[in-house]
Amino acid sequence: MGNAEVRKEEVSLQRLLEVRGLKTYFFTSSGVRPAVDGVTFHINSGETLAIVGESGCGKSVTSLSIMRLVPVPPGRYMGGEILFNGEDLLKKSEAEMQAIRGNEIAMIYQEPMTSLNPVFTVGWQIAEALQLHQNVKPKEALEKAKHMLELVGVPDPQRRVHEYPHQLSGGMRQRVMIAMALACSPRLLIADEPTTALDVTVQAQILELLKRLKEELGMAIMLITHDLGVVGEMADRVVVMYAGRVVEEAGVCDLFEQPLHPYTEGLLTCIPRIDRPRGKLCVIRGTVANLAELPRGCRFHPRCAHAREICTREEPSLAERNGRRVACHFPLGEQDSTKKVV
Amino acid sequence: MDELLKVVGLKKYFPIYGGILSRPKAYVRALDGVSFSIRRGETFGLVGESGCGKTTTGRVILRLIEPTSGEAFFEGRNLFSLNRSDMRKVRREIQMVFQDPFGSLNPRMTLGEIISEPLEIFGEGNRTQRREAVRELLRVVGLQPTDIDRFPHELSGGQRQRVGIARALVLRPKLVICDEPVSALDVSIQSQILNLLGELQQRFGLTYMFIAHGLNVIKHVSNRVGVMYLGKLVETAPVDELFAEPRHPYTEALLSAIPIPDPRKRLNRIVLEGDVPSPVKPPSGCRFHTRCPFARQLCKESEPEMVEIGPDRAVACHFPL
Repeated sequence: MGNAEVRKEEVSLQRLLEVRGLKTYFFTSSGVRPAVDGVTFHINSGETLAIVGESGCGKSVTSLSIMRLVPVPPGRYMGGEILFNGEDLLKKSEAEMQAIRGNEIAMIYQEPMTSLNPVFTVGWQIAEALQLHQNVKPKEALEKAKHMLELVGVPDPQRRVHEYPHQLSGGMRQRVMIAMALACSPRLLIADEPTTALDVTVQAQILELLKRLKEELGMAIMLITHDLGVVGEMADRVVVMYAGRVVEEAGVCDLFEQPLHPYTEGLLTCIPRIDRPRGKLCVIRGTVANLAELPRGCRFHPRCAHAREICTREEPSLAERNGRRVACHFPLGEQDSTKKVV
Repeated sequence: MDELLKVVGLKKYFPIYGGILSRPKAYVRALDGVSFSIRRGETFGLVGESGCGKTTTGRVILRLIEPTSGEAFFEGRNLFSLNRSDMRKVRREIQMVFQDPFGSLNPRMTLGEIISEPLEIFGEGNRTQRREAVRELLRVVGLQPTDIDRFPHELSGGQRQRVGIARALVLRPKLVICDEPVSALDVSIQSQILNLLGELQQRFGLTYMFIAHGLNVIKHVSNRVGVMYLGKLVETAPVDELFAEPRHPYTEALLSAIPIPDPRKRLNRIVLEGDVPSPVKPPSGCRFHTRCPFARQLCKESEPEMVEIGPDRAVACHFPL
């Protein structure tokens, strides 16, 4: 029994964040929008989990829910729990959340210009987090800010620390955001489309930087993106979302080798790739489901090439399959023969 | 194949005004001597990072902004020496598809009005004929003919982009300048629009100038590609040769920077240092020398010219790869 106890302890130590059945709905004048509708996944310490999906699939709302930054109203947490170090973040008071935000869980956003304050120097903004969370004196905090800028590869940190965001380029601003987020050595970094607004050569710089920092600081990264190239580059594990639900979860190699959900397969085959010959692109027909009028049954069935009668009636649950999870009545790579008959 | 469009030494400097008298105190050199040609029936891809001048190139050709100097020959006629009414006639033959399907459609006009406006301007057909033409075109771009009286806000981003394409095609142009037509769309919608553009090219015998920052999209659609950096073309080549064997260090770095959706292909990439310099004060000599891993003294001092290095290939580099 002692052994079992220890093993259990190890498992729970590994799990840094566990989201269970999270539901975040928005109540608007034109109806209820279930942006996140029963989402379950976990992140282990030190790993990179990518959350993938198109616009409106709920990936950003999931990350905002973890930070408890969803505006309430119109948003409301309708159920589920978010366990961070075993404690439910949804039960925390605002003051307790403030002690966690920016300290243990930090976030970087897509738009570095709009998420930095234009009237304060970047040094001040990095130092602010340190003063709030770690009781450091202003002078010391500024020194640490310089050190952080150096860590994220901003050239000439002595001078840059006194500059304002508008004096920096897009790539530099994103580095400053990362320096700010990492100032308190968080255990989890949520990166919401961190490179979408950047040029490819700068994107490559930022991705390299995130990889290096993850190794050096041993933090976990929750990477939100719609770019499967970035996923292939960065992730250990992947969660695919569609219309507020998790449709598939797998290790990154398994997922790219054999997607089980038709939506994942569609995402993988519809992008033009430089490492493949050209030809007509595969297409996911139709458009992303509208949260106001979700289809009955499987939410993906109106766009699915393999949909059958049961898909229009019954919503598939997220089921285990060889250490992976998929929510589909007819996962790919299994009953290929039966599929051809249909 | 004959040349449909030939651009020679295109320059566009935007003045920055300053001082009490608001005189130009500096110039943004958005385009600084760009030359290329596009053949009938092909797709010429123009790729580069933000601020390299690719969008300005498209707009200057249509004279939506006037060039500072240079020439552009469309079927042998110099576009920049045409008077207003002649230029208007040429615009029938050169149309543009814009990036932002939300900003480029008038929200107060129905799809029918948006798509038939070009016909109206050029006095083509009567009302009934125009509506018939619009219905036909809606079908061609994958919308319903019954959508004719709907408004843009009722449509999704992908559907709006289809409307933008229909509007560009209604006059049966010869050249279509596509300025980042898929960058604002979700990936599943991108592939639909790319396929549509391919079908339309075959059906109407169109020539495309395709501007994009995504090299994967450029590879997919183009026959030949021009790579731009800070207002200059640095390399032009047939698409397969460019991707198989880039000759300019910037092209090589761009190719290497693209994340490939395959976790088994995580390679050591060439990560360029620094950012694109400001086009107000471009670096001396070769503009890429500040970021180039192979730069030598010569690169700082003299600017390399575009040199033919093979059939249909040219590169502007002192030490091509």
